[in-house]
Amino acid sequence: MGSNLRTAGSLLDLVGNTPLVELPHLTPKPSVRLYAKLEGQNPTGSIKDRVALAMIDAAEAAGELEPGRELLEPTSGNTGIALALVARLKGYSLTCVVPENATEERKRLLRLYGVTMLESPGEEGSNGAVRVALELAEQEPRYFMPFQYANEANPRAHYEGTGAEIAEALERVDVLVAGLGTGGTLMGAGARLRESFPDVVVAAAEPLPGDPVMGLRSLDDGYVPPILDVARLDRKVLVSNEESVATVRDLLRLEGLFAGVSAGAVVAVARRLAAELDEGVVVTILADAGWKYLSADFWDAETDAVAASMERTVWW
Amino acid sequence: MSRIRIPPQLRGEVGGAREVPAEGGSVRELLDDLLSRFPALRHQLVEDGDLAPFVNVYVEGEDVRTLDGLDTPVENGSTVILLPAMAGGL
Repeated sequence: MGSNLRTAGSLLDLVGNTPLVELPHLTPKPSVRLYAKLEGQNPTGSIKDRVALAMIDAAEAAGELEPGRELLEPTSGNTGIALALVARLKGYSLTCVVPENATEERKRLLRLYGVTMLESPGEEGSNGAVRVALELAEQEPRYFMPFQYANEANPRAHYEGTGAEIAEALERVDVLVAGLGTGGTLMGAGARLRESFPDVVVAAAEPLPGDPVMGLRSLDDGYVPPILDVARLDRKVLVSNEESVATVRDLLRLEGLFAGVSAGAVVAVARRLAAELDEGVVVTILADAGWKYLSADFWDAETDAVAASMERTVWW
Repeated sequence: MSRIRIPPQLRGEVGGAREVPAEGGSVRELLDDLLSRFPALRHQLVEDGDLAPFVNVYVEGEDVRTLDGLDTPVENGSTVILLPAMAGGL
């Protein structure tokens, strides 16, 4: 049973321990070393494998889950796909609430994994998926909702996994940059890195949403994930879709790295912060690879048409 | 003079404008200037003398909550962006 160095007993044993690669062609100066943690190399292709496995393991350990139980989760895709793997191997069924304008690849993968998919209004973005899932969980107690936005197992997976792996691999980290979604990566990995490197700057990259995916009726419909404490971030930087895509293209052209849209935003912020240092080490966490965005128009759109081609879709 | 970008939810309160010019050397002064002309925005943006919890304000792309909050300095000619707090999450 179990695994040795050469074989794994289960795909779930392959979650985490992702590689950290240097990006020498993208650093703004040779005295600042820029690294990328390739979370796209997890079994379902994203960082969310860590979160999905940790949330289900925690619920099982707490006795909140019994075989056959139905899981429910709001997601723009990656968390759903990760939960689908865990649910399949552990014998749960899964329903995901997904914004109707999530990319086709993500919705297709969810269907192939046998997930029941409910769509939330595209103009409400991820907030809409959260709202619909919370309402459904309230009405239908048969569902168990891990709820990545409020589940402490999410940041803990990054404290014990992502952050610990970086701290073990590098002797110095001056800046950590990750994408801001639920806040789990930044809270967990940030806390772990502060233990090893007390002066580390923990920086969030976040998307500048297009008007069509900001269709909340009022600001009162805004949502701040309960696990996110903005006071524990040192920097929080907006990145336009245009800049994210320009950087995704640079990653491919200069480093041969095929990355997702949020990875472009993260590296864009890392380059800005690296330029502020005289020397040091900047670590980025790249949540996924480009595969699940391949049908998008932005890959070969002219630069001035990129923003318009992206503003109706939820990318993160 | 700086420019404040208005999110779709609030444009009805500013005559449909996507962007409104405002004067001030800090986020507080800029918002005071904006609210003096569009007082209906106040209950959406301000709560107990601080930013309302679901409003994010960015000066040159950086969230003022990780800078000096309402006291964050704003240089003349800056772009200030108002956004609703949105869930991300992949």
